Amino acid sequence: MSKKIFSGPFLAFMLCGTIIPLGVIAYYGITDRSGAFTFENIKAITTGEHWEALMLALMLALISTVICLLIAFPLGLILKDSKLGKKGFMVFIFILPMWMNFLLRTMAWQVLLEKNGIINQVLGFIGLPSLHIINTPAAVVLGMVYDYLPFMILPIYNALIKIDKNVIEAAYDLGAGFRQVLQKVIIPLSVPGIVSGITMGFVPSLTTFAVSNILGGGKVNLIGNIIEHEFTTGSNWNLGAGLSLVMMIFIVISMALIEKFDRNGEGNII
Amino acid sequence: MKKVLKGIYLALIILFLYLPIFTLMVLSFNEGKTMNAWTGFSFRWYREMFSNRTIMEALGNTLTIAFWAAAAATVVGVMACIGLNAMKEKHRSFFMGLNNIPLLNADIVTGISLMLSFLLFGISLNYGTVLFAHITFCIPYVILSVMPKFRQLENHTFEAALDLGASPAYAFFKVVLPDIMPGIISGFLLSFTMSVDDFVITHFTRGAGINTLSTLVYSQVKVGIRPTLYALSTVIFAAVFVILILVNIISNKREEKRA
Repeated sequence: MSKKIFSGPFLAFMLCGTIIPLGVIAYYGITDRSGAFTFENIKAITTGEHWEALMLALMLALISTVICLLIAFPLGLILKDSKLGKKGFMVFIFILPMWMNFLLRTMAWQVLLEKNGIINQVLGFIGLPSLHIINTPAAVVLGMVYDYLPFMILPIYNALIKIDKNVIEAAYDLGAGFRQVLQKVIIPLSVPGIVSGITMGFVPSLTTFAVSNILGGGKVNLIGNIIEHEFTTGSNWNLGAGLSLVMMIFIVISMALIEKFDRNGEGNII
Repeated sequence: MKKVLKGIYLALIILFLYLPIFTLMVLSFNEGKTMNAWTGFSFRWYREMFSNRTIMEALGNTLTIAFWAAAAATVVGVMACIGLNAMKEKHRSFFMGLNNIPLLNADIVTGISLMLSFLLFGISLNYGTVLFAHITFCIPYVILSVMPKFRQLENHTFEAALDLGASPAYAFFKVVLPDIMPGIISGFLLSFTMSVDDFVITHFTRGAGINTLSTLVYSQVKVGIRPTLYALSTVIFAAVFVILILVNIISNKREEKRA
């Protein structure tokens, strides 16, 4: 008896839980309610409301990913170089919020940002004008950054600590300045971590409907909200499935990126 | 000077990460219903939370689903690693690529595709469909944690055990399993965490009567005042904190022993 047979349950779950469902969603996406073949559901992405939602989602996901990267990379560098005795504990502090339910974390920002929320009370108390970003795209970006920052910090930090110190010292010895070392040595060597961090935050931000619903107050319509709406109140499942198929393009792109830059899974969070 | 700037940078990020969580903690002890005024310290919301049947049911569902999903995914995942390792390189990398699909796929697509399939095949949405969905998305995490341990194994030790008269099963449990144990544990814990944290896939695959904490929070967050949810956040944060500290201490001790 071959050992290969042990992969049977895995293959069964792959088939029933991933491959068949993807076939089913594709089937719904390319048929209409009566079951006739059509491309309308996929073409629908280019119509006004849907296109706007997709562009807004792309923009907000892009902005929040860039902000996460800009915060996480210097942080990773500081943590890598820090001579704090409890380095492990410092890293732990920065990724701990990852384990808290993300809806509760998002709710926390709603509490903070509300019109009469804590932040505005504090601002009012010290005589500053109040902040009105709840129910705007800015609040949604804030929520995305907050939710996915730990997922950016961890792979970048993991990639950074793997860089051989001697390589960096060699670059300095050969006369490179800090900027050159960063550009020519540290950043290229941390690409697997950066790519992994980007894919872990970008796709969820792009397709979210919970964050935009809670912090956008129903006024920020992302593509995720439109798809979710089709399956709950809108009940045009074929349209929802068609729009979901379009989202898969971005997933394929991120798979290709991972394949290209992170072959060995170095940037993996595990 | 540079050191000070670095310190300020770290402090600002810590503030950003923890201000929201600590705000909820403080508010959870507020006597009044409004969050705009401090009306006195009280455990009122904790009492209400623990006597609230919907919240307790959702908590129970979350934990049992996470446990069973992680356990099933661990068994299936470890078996998959054994099987995949016996395959030719070409087949193995094909299946490992397949294994990446649920990991990289957007939750909304995974959730909707599962929901559509369940309904198409006449399976009504309930606790079981949520559990099935969770097992499906947990398996890849187990495989990714266990596979590297398998690759590091000395194949000869297993064969040596067989030569010395051990049955394959005995040799596996006595020789291979202890070596891959760290991968199995981290795969289980990762699966458990992912299951507890999942909202989107549960949202689409649950039936009307089933709530997990995520779906409960989502449905209540729009209603308005919810100090019981603040209390819940505090309890969850405290539990996570204690568990992670314990896990850290235990794994540190293990490493010391080995060193």
